[in-house]
Amino acid sequence: MTTARPRPAPRSGVPTEQQDQAAQPATRPAAPRPARVDPSPATGAQSLVRSLEAVGCDVVFGIPGGAILPAYDPLYDSTLVRHILVRHEQGAGHAATGYAQATGRVGVCIATSGPGATNLVTPLADAMLDSVPIVAITGQVGRKLIGTDAFQEADICGITLPITKHNMLVTDPADIPRAITEAFHIASTGRPGPVLVDLPKDVLQAQTTFSWPVETRLPGYRPTTRPHSKQIREAARLIGEARRPVLYVGGGVIKAEASTELLDLADETGAPVVTTLMARGAFPDGHRQNLGMPGMHGTVAAVAAMQKSDLLIALGARFDDRVTGDLSTFAPEAKIVHADVDPAEIGKNRPADVPIVGDAREVIIELTSALRAAGEDARSGRHEQQRDWWDQLERWRSTFPLGYDDPPDGTLSPEYVIERIGAIAGPDAIYAAGVGQHQMWAAQFIRYEKPRTWLNSGGAGTMGYGVPAAMGAKVGRPDTTVWCIDGDGCFQMTNQELATCAIEGIPIKVAVINNGNLGMVRQWQTLFYEERYSNTELGTHKHRVPDFVMLAEALGCVGLRCGSKDDVDRVIAEAMAIDDRPVVIDFTVGADAQVWPMVAAGTGNDQIMAARDIRPLFDDPEAGGADEVANKERGTA
Amino acid sequence: MTTTHTLSVLVEDKPGVLARISGLFSRRGYNIQSLAVGPTEEEGISRMTICVTVDDFPLEQVTKQLNKLVHVIKIVELEPTTSVQRELVMMKIRADASVRSQVLEVTQMFRAKVVDVAPEAVTVEATGTEDKLNALRRMLEPYGIREIVQSGMVALSRGPRSIAAHHR
Repeated sequence: MTTARPRPAPRSGVPTEQQDQAAQPATRPAAPRPARVDPSPATGAQSLVRSLEAVGCDVVFGIPGGAILPAYDPLYDSTLVRHILVRHEQGAGHAATGYAQATGRVGVCIATSGPGATNLVTPLADAMLDSVPIVAITGQVGRKLIGTDAFQEADICGITLPITKHNMLVTDPADIPRAITEAFHIASTGRPGPVLVDLPKDVLQAQTTFSWPVETRLPGYRPTTRPHSKQIREAARLIGEARRPVLYVGGGVIKAEASTELLDLADETGAPVVTTLMARGAFPDGHRQNLGMPGMHGTVAAVAAMQKSDLLIALGARFDDRVTGDLSTFAPEAKIVHADVDPAEIGKNRPADVPIVGDAREVIIELTSALRAAGEDARSGRHEQQRDWWDQLERWRSTFPLGYDDPPDGTLSPEYVIERIGAIAGPDAIYAAGVGQHQMWAAQFIRYEKPRTWLNSGGAGTMGYGVPAAMGAKVGRPDTTVWCIDGDGCFQMTNQELATCAIEGIPIKVAVINNGNLGMVRQWQTLFYEERYSNTELGTHKHRVPDFVMLAEALGCVGLRCGSKDDVDRVIAEAMAIDDRPVVIDFTVGADAQVWPMVAAGTGNDQIMAARDIRPLFDDPEAGGADEVANKERGTA
Repeated sequence: MTTTHTLSVLVEDKPGVLARISGLFSRRGYNIQSLAVGPTEEEGISRMTICVTVDDFPLEQVTKQLNKLVHVIKIVELEPTTSVQRELVMMKIRADASVRSQVLEVTQMFRAKVVDVAPEAVTVEATGTEDKLNALRRMLEPYGIREIVQSGMVALSRGPRSIAAHHR
């Protein structure tokens, strides 16, 4: 199990000893990692692999090639670092991201120079926008060839400049341990993000010395994690005065491992909580104070709460346009407390009344204790002055719950399928999604109770993220059931990694929500382009090309199909029972289901439609109209 | 309000650092008016002086983004009133014996220096603020300017304090 040597490929459908073994937890017994190594001779490549071992890396996803080849030789002997041979470098990058999002540790991917490296561009951009700690190691042509348009040369540091947190070209083999140490440090601290280390082939081949640990030299890198106490006091004061506060929770809360602390803060403030797309699972969906997801496809209650709030407490969130809608009409009456570890996020889109630079966990702890210091009377006062607010919130919640109708044409409802997967696999499973309608339904209809159980491409919206991310998550959390909720469009972008999963013993489960179309684009064509369906039909219904069941089997997986509501639970149960191979289910669903609620792009959040042509915030106040509480408080009702 | 801002940036002297910084400006659609880089009193640390015309608010965002660059150590904005700002220009003037003395007279008035003479040309070097150098140029233009090279602006704050004093 701990060997990085190739295992014989098991034949599809016949579990072999190797496969059983490989399906075992990748959390191998914690092998001793060298805490201290005296200077000893090594090649650059050996220095790289020893550095990866020493920094705690246990798995890398990659593909060898000319320039990176020297690194693969010592990797062959490593008993501490498992290499997973993927089928496309994009798969390696997203797998590293999935691994990182599921475990909180740094994910690592390796590629060769030129096209190998450029294939990492999409996952790096994806990890940048979602602040995921990954390290990409790329081979580069020899130092003398750099800049000569040599075979498989690409200026990958230049190319990835705007889509990495940092990158570096190592030109001295003696610098390798420091480069790896700094890359892991930068990737995982402050606001996490991707770091690329580019290693010329002759640097890997050169003789050098390896020693550990090494000192980092980063005079310009000092992330602020401790919040300023004055700002904390000011935030606590605003919370004490607020009548309609909302805790606006973003992905930073998950990255800071602050979910437990958030429960205390929510309890202390008594305020409703909204969890963004990146923060699903940061606060339990089962908690009474959780209003669900805000934004373009958020719940009416969450969107309306933000719109009518008098105080937004943003924690590790960045006022993304998909959350705010048209900024000029977003939450017009709200004061803003904005806490983020990245000072550049504060005030970027919406000016902050109280800016707090700091790690979300430390901010939440400090804020909670500042509120507690005000005593029990203050606490009950806060809860008391939110009474009208909660009446209104409960009315929105009960009047406009998330929901869906079965398609009138008798086809299978995609929402139902996703809801049942969530119900059957439960809150301990990990769910990774692609991008589109199925992603939004998976964010809406699966109940997330724990952090790091919902993985998706939020900022970049990378179609094809799902399968490789699920693969990476399963490698990082082998004892956990990992579902990929994918679309038929997304699935066709990266399903080659199922071959990796089959051979490397990574039994993920993939639900292809097959509606025969690029569903989200089709939804926009329905709503905004007069039902002119230009280039959105994929033929996965009409022609059954590809046939996902046959494709799954060809890739060494079990292929199942389901097209009727009565079979959904049985097929999910069948998939749940298979743990020796990956499973793909072709859920053939209706093409016309739409994601609701929706705030159309470019419009304000007041224009939210609960369903087509239903605009709750402008409806009769008696029916839960949003202006009611605000008016009552202003005495203008 | 759109105004010209002068940023003084301490950076690690690493390959690519200029591309990282200029890339941040171009990505947000800002044109750098002038940029000067050179070594500092501390080995391995360079100082850049960047002049850029932007609104105040986006400038704050650019400064914050610049601060996130791992190789950037410190950024301060230098106000014209509390700093000394200088540019250097060299101009090659068409000047044969018949007008050379007139050119030299202008040069002296601006406390500029002649750094090269040929039978039909004089090369003049001058330092000063943008206004002064523009004035010199206007005075020399009638004789015929064959070529001009001008540095980016460099600037230092007035008084005893140093930008580097607090960066460690």
